[in-house]
Amino acid sequence: MNPIVELVQVEKRFGSETVVKGIDLAVRKGEFLTILGPSGCGKTTTLRMIAGFERPTGGEILLEGRNVVDVPPYKRDVNTVFQSYALFPHMTVYDNIAYGLKMKGVPMAQRADRVKEVLRMVQLEPMAGRKPMQLSGGQQQRVAVARALINNPKVLLLDEPLGALDLKLRKQMQIELKHLQQRLGITFIYITHDQEEALTMSDRIAVMNQGRIEQVATPEEIYHYPQSKYVADFIGETNLLDVQIVSRTDSGIVLDYAGRKLVGKLGRNQTPTDKMTLSVRPERIRMAKEEEADWPFALPGKVEEVIFVGSFVRTIVRLTDGTQLHAMAPSQGKAAFTAGEQVWLGWEEADGIVIGA
Amino acid sequence: MQDEAALAINKNERPTARRQRAWNPRLLILLIPPIIWLSIFLFAPYAVLFINSFWKVDFGSIVHEFTWGNYTKFFTNSLYYGTFLKTLKIAAWVTVFSILLSYPLAYFINFKIKKNKQLFYTLVIIPLWVSYLVRAYAWKIVLGQDGILNNVLLAVGLIDHPMEIFLYSQYAVVLALTHIYTPWVLMSIYTSLEHIPRDVLEASKDLGAGRFRTFFRVVLPLSLPGLIAGATFAFVLTMGDFLAPQLLGGTSSMMVSNVVYSLFGVANNWPLGSTIGILTLFVVLGILQLTHRLEHRTTSFEAGTRGR
Repeated sequence: MNPIVELVQVEKRFGSETVVKGIDLAVRKGEFLTILGPSGCGKTTTLRMIAGFERPTGGEILLEGRNVVDVPPYKRDVNTVFQSYALFPHMTVYDNIAYGLKMKGVPMAQRADRVKEVLRMVQLEPMAGRKPMQLSGGQQQRVAVARALINNPKVLLLDEPLGALDLKLRKQMQIELKHLQQRLGITFIYITHDQEEALTMSDRIAVMNQGRIEQVATPEEIYHYPQSKYVADFIGETNLLDVQIVSRTDSGIVLDYAGRKLVGKLGRNQTPTDKMTLSVRPERIRMAKEEEADWPFALPGKVEEVIFVGSFVRTIVRLTDGTQLHAMAPSQGKAAFTAGEQVWLGWEEADGIVIGA
Repeated sequence: MQDEAALAINKNERPTARRQRAWNPRLLILLIPPIIWLSIFLFAPYAVLFINSFWKVDFGSIVHEFTWGNYTKFFTNSLYYGTFLKTLKIAAWVTVFSILLSYPLAYFINFKIKKNKQLFYTLVIIPLWVSYLVRAYAWKIVLGQDGILNNVLLAVGLIDHPMEIFLYSQYAVVLALTHIYTPWVLMSIYTSLEHIPRDVLEASKDLGAGRFRTFFRVVLPLSLPGLIAGATFAFVLTMGDFLAPQLLGGTSSMMVSNVVYSLFGVANNWPLGSTIGILTLFVVLGILQLTHRLEHRTTSFEAGTRGR
């Protein structure tokens, strides 16, 4: 299927600073794609270029195959939900939502029906006559979504729309937005710096860092098969070790870590070089008090701290070379390990992802 | 649903909190100095003026005898009500021209200039540092019979003898006052434009409105409070001006303040002067009340905090 939005080598410079460094991205029709990255990584600029508020200094932006770089925002079939909502403060909720239709020249009668329909969709019918200032943050957010959806855009752009809400409401709105997207079948491009939010809502995630896209994949893939050290570290929690490749086996790789043998598996799209990084998730590390004979390898260490976090117990182990590893295990009746104890650590071959250093 | 409940609580909170605010005796003590100050310097003079407006005048001396005569005189003698209407007209023109000059400039500085915004703003404000009198006299030099304008026109050959109508006319008064009050109007409009979030304009464009529709549907309505405040400023200050007509206006463009000035001075008719003063005061208060309401109604930001 042809992508609905396609970025081809898109670049944006502000003066001498290059904020977006030639990115390629194809967004599929009807998908929920999240651009995830820390602040200042260029994700908002990328979104603004798709919306038409910024003009790329290089590359092309294709909307349904047509280059829209020179098309002003008011002529693009793309609408935006702003981080600050950007509601018109002098208009009622009704007028805010009807604005897009009015600008498109939709007759009054049809307009009224459509606004009512959208108001119902976001459950704000009783608020139609209010001004934005008289609404709570969550309600304002919904008005912003309703206003952007009124014209049935081909793509809805959302710039950290839940950033201003408190945690509980944010979680609730995440689900609401996801359901809304599924129901309408409209393509969503969603910007966030919150990796949990990205994992919860997205069909696919594009991880951005310093103006580049590091990886585009489904949440599961991003989590289990990070393609770079940055992605491994940014999404979820992980342990990173500097390793060298010793040999390759049928199923994986044998590695050398400070003179000790480890096993792992080469990550996707990775070329083996001298220096590699091994990423292993805390919940994949197993621990034993004795060196187990059937493990492929075992790393000795000393328990430094045992932290009870409710459903999980986090154990911090210091290896002989001083590196700390975090391990997580479901909590049981009483802690299996205590601080100061000698332990052995290990993991399955498939759980040690080897990526470029 | 939860945030709706929270909102409901908020909505109820505000008025009750206000109602419960009791009179604090210490607050009363704090209020005494300003009350005394206002009484001596504001209310007392107006009271004297008000009382004066009901006295009679007999051959240049005040007779303490109640009369409506001064008011009837004002409304029947065209010298007085005519001047008053003319003053309103001049004030209206000055207001209109000030807005026409300052709105585009304020818009330009605020939205189009990216660097050195402060510099441009300061350049507009600089005339305010120059004395009013100097600015008024400057126009004399420009418009006078041997002034810059006449000389230029003579040199170009558009006229063959110096024109007198530039100076000592209503045009000169309107021109000078517009020049004098434009920076004030600009400051007021600029401030309100500055408060419009950029993403609100982007939202308008995003929803299909081009530059013009964005201006008329979003920018203009949101800048109305500043526009109204600036217009009020220009109008009210022009109403009370007497130097510009004195220096540039000649006899045909006397304004209310000039009449009052001569009644208190040469004519020695304080009661009639007071009458005109009081009437002007009421008209101005009426205008202020009206514009205050308009301003309040058009204010969209900080609703609730600014309103009363």
